[in-house]
Amino acid sequence: MAKADLRARAPARPSNLDPTRSFQGLILTLQQYWADQGCVILQPYDMEVGAGTFHPATTLRALGPKPWNAAYVQPSRRPKDGRYGENPNRLQHYYQFQVILKPSPPDIQDLYLNSLKAIGIDPSIHDIRFVEDDWESPTLGAWGLGWECWCDGMEVSQFTYFQQVAGFECAPVAGELTYGLERLAMYVQGVERVYDLNFNGRDDDKKVTYGDVFLQAEREYSKHNFEVADTAMLFEQFKMAEAACRKYLEAGWNGERTRHALALPAYDQCIKASHVFNLLDARGVISVTERQSYILRVRELAKACGEAWLATEGGGAA
Amino acid sequence: MPDLLLELFSEEIPARMQARAAEDMRKLVTDRLVDAGLVYEGAKAFATPRRLALTVHGIPLRQPDLKEERKGPKVGAPEQAIAGFLRAAGLTSIDQAKVQSDKKGDFYVAVTEKKGRPAIDVIAEIVPEVVRAFPWPKSMRWGSGRLNWVRPLHSIVATFGPETEEPEIVPFTIDGIAAGNQTRGHRFMAPTAFTVRHFDDYAAKLQDAKVVLDPARRAEMISTDAKNLAFAQGFELVEDEGLLAEVSGLVEWPVVLMGAFDKAFLSIPNEVIRATIRNNQKCFVLRDPQTAKLVNKFILVANEEASDDGKAIVAGNERVIRARLSDAKFFYETDLKTRLEVRLPKFEQIVFHEKLGTQEQRISRIVALAGQLAPLVGADVAKAERAAQLCKADLLTEVVGEFPELQGLMGRYYAEAQNEDEAIAHACEDHYKPKGPDDLVPSDPISVAVALADKIDTLVGFWAIDDKPTGSKDPYALRRAALGVIRIILDNNLPLAPRGVVEWHFEHQFKKQYLDVASAIDNLMVFFEDRLTVQLRDQRARHDLVDSVLSNASLVEGHRLTLIVCRIEALGKFLDTDDGKNLLAGVKRASNIIRIEEKKDKREYTGAPNPALYKQDEEMALAEAIAVAKRDASTAVAKEDFAAVMTAMAKLRPFVDTFFDKVTVNVDDKALRENRLKLLNEIREATRAVADFSRIEG
Repeated sequence: MAKADLRARAPARPSNLDPTRSFQGLILTLQQYWADQGCVILQPYDMEVGAGTFHPATTLRALGPKPWNAAYVQPSRRPKDGRYGENPNRLQHYYQFQVILKPSPPDIQDLYLNSLKAIGIDPSIHDIRFVEDDWESPTLGAWGLGWECWCDGMEVSQFTYFQQVAGFECAPVAGELTYGLERLAMYVQGVERVYDLNFNGRDDDKKVTYGDVFLQAEREYSKHNFEVADTAMLFEQFKMAEAACRKYLEAGWNGERTRHALALPAYDQCIKASHVFNLLDARGVISVTERQSYILRVRELAKACGEAWLATEGGGAA
Repeated sequence: MPDLLLELFSEEIPARMQARAAEDMRKLVTDRLVDAGLVYEGAKAFATPRRLALTVHGIPLRQPDLKEERKGPKVGAPEQAIAGFLRAAGLTSIDQAKVQSDKKGDFYVAVTEKKGRPAIDVIAEIVPEVVRAFPWPKSMRWGSGRLNWVRPLHSIVATFGPETEEPEIVPFTIDGIAAGNQTRGHRFMAPTAFTVRHFDDYAAKLQDAKVVLDPARRAEMISTDAKNLAFAQGFELVEDEGLLAEVSGLVEWPVVLMGAFDKAFLSIPNEVIRATIRNNQKCFVLRDPQTAKLVNKFILVANEEASDDGKAIVAGNERVIRARLSDAKFFYETDLKTRLEVRLPKFEQIVFHEKLGTQEQRISRIVALAGQLAPLVGADVAKAERAAQLCKADLLTEVVGEFPELQGLMGRYYAEAQNEDEAIAHACEDHYKPKGPDDLVPSDPISVAVALADKIDTLVGFWAIDDKPTGSKDPYALRRAALGVIRIILDNNLPLAPRGVVEWHFEHQFKKQYLDVASAIDNLMVFFEDRLTVQLRDQRARHDLVDSVLSNASLVEGHRLTLIVCRIEALGKFLDTDDGKNLLAGVKRASNIIRIEEKKDKREYTGAPNPALYKQDEEMALAEAIAVAKRDASTAVAKEDFAAVMTAMAKLRPFVDTFFDKVTVNVDDKALRENRLKLLNEIREATRAVADFSRIEG
């Protein structure tokens, strides 16, 4: 099996932090690596999001002229992907490791490949491939071109050059790397079932598995997402978040509409609306035609937030 | 003569775009060379995942000098005119102009010579233009630059010079990337830059640096190695041209390896295994040559020679394929737990098309039409309806959700698993056929009924909402559906008139939605006729014969498709005979005379001639022959015996010939002339039983 080879080549570090035997070791290694490349290491955004891209450190910071290099773990919620803890690799809550580099440096592919080396994936024995995969987020009004990165036939990351976010052209262009951490960890640990991942890198009775940490949550949230989530309340929350977003957007503009003072709080409400929509979708109470109109409503919010962001200091407004 | 070597080195180019991009680069560069007067000897382009390369050989060193002649005023013209001419031509004295003469006298001509520029300077202008306007299907920006390319462009090789000498670098820069003579090899196995000179040197050095430049060679290497690996273990590669092309575009240095999966997965239908391994993992599957069944092996194509001989790569791929196949097995087994009919209520929630209702409504229309068609195609009504009811149910299964291309096939498997009648199970798969011009046409009556109902419902539906194909836009593949209907009817020799079926379906399903039903149906029939014409043309039928028959017995008028085709065939055979050729000539002659005379007299010569006015025996004989031919032909038409129709027509020929030999039509006696013209018209009318002869060429 690949595992032995991987372990032999992993960089020396305490065995409990070895990325090939410890989930947290994998995270810490990636953080260390990207910190060494000059990224600010952020913490997860404190709201429910569907992907690391929703973090304002990506969505909003990708817009405007200012350079920005950041990396962070983002817990991501995909209510529909819940499987009551019974599927070996599908989760309604999982971790993404997100890197954003703006402007995208010329050696970004090499930086990425070196990050794989850092977590024990040696390109001299593993087949690393960049396979076309264009990215589009209808809710964020965003798209980019890039690849799925394959290691021995498995997708281990998404690699995207953002062309547009919130309906605005990205100039300069940000490069975005997204590592699916559980999948990557399963690969380097040689584990077939996500819940069997060694979380803390210890052995015997000191070992904590991914299942110890998250299995109960997966069961409870799957039941919640598919069966129990209060749809009347969620419909109401969607409307409230949408209204609040519009309200903050309106309140944030100065008289000449040249500067905005509430882009971030307004964007929070956009994120909230998006997550509430995902929950409603998982509950199966949104019909096919309505679905499109909800996506459109969130996109309108995202676009207005992007416009507001561009009128802030962070967005490069004069 | 010098050669040009060009390489555009970038991050990974999508496999599906590479071949087209290489060809575009060749064409764009060479077209401009020719436009600039640089006629080359040959050119070839190549693509790998990371580079587009072009070699153009035998380019002249310079553009040819261009001589430009400018015609000036006459010798002895006013001074002003001469001065103006000198200025315009850039001459200082009229002595520099030549004098030429034509019919009008002597005049001045200024001959200026435009010196050709060095080819390398011209190329330095051409290449940046081509790069900046390159027709990628999708392109992007990166970093802080403004250049658009398919993925970030890193470096450019552009050398120019005679084969025997050290070439020069073509001097240009595109968005900060200066053309040079350095490139790199394989991303992992030979990442250091090296210098290249001409194409041969370039290709050889790339080969040393673990890059096979030519995609055709990569494909051949993969194909050969894969077959050999399979053969060595007693298996056979399941060949797959599309996958081979794609995989060749994913590697610069193909290394073919074999992996295995648990035999337990072979309980999944072969097609599902193949789709899983092919679509998700881009690997080939193998079969046992004796049984033609898949074996538990697969072929993967890696992009490098790994230091452990590929052990880790094979292990990794096996692991992913194991996970994928266990998903597929789970999907398949989950699907088997729910009977197809139990899934149907879900279709009430799924919109087929906003104006054509839900899938449930669509299926009930197909059921009704299949039931209506069943007796006409020799199918059991209840079975045809059952098949129509179930035929779309597999769209709701997990396996088809994952692999849409397995729709139909999975329906058959699941129908068989729940012990449906064999014909019903096959209809679940075969009602989609024919999917293209080379696909088989269903022949079992149940499949035929459902296939026709499915296609006709789609066609009638889109005609009812007036959403017809225009130009190249045919998003619902309606042309294919119409052609499918035609082929099913013809191949099975079904006694169906499309108009009748379409009218019935309109009447029962779409009446309220469309105000002008009759003209919608006319229009749809014309659409069918167009498809039929194309189909027959592909089968090398003469288009004028198709035309002449259709103008006489059209689908619009409700004629049966098979009879139209029989007519065309019979007519073709008849016209190959002497009788046919001469009769055609006679009819054409008659038609021409009538046309000319009608135009002259500004009236029509129709209606029965008056037998009392026949003056010559030949007139009488012809009239009788026409009467006989008409009678015999119409009896034969009623019997659908078109060979007999032609025989009846053939009998006319000697009488027509003799008539033209012995009888003058345009005589002074007006009544006689009119009668003879009317008799000529009768010839034309008689032949209309078969076709409109005036549309036949020859």
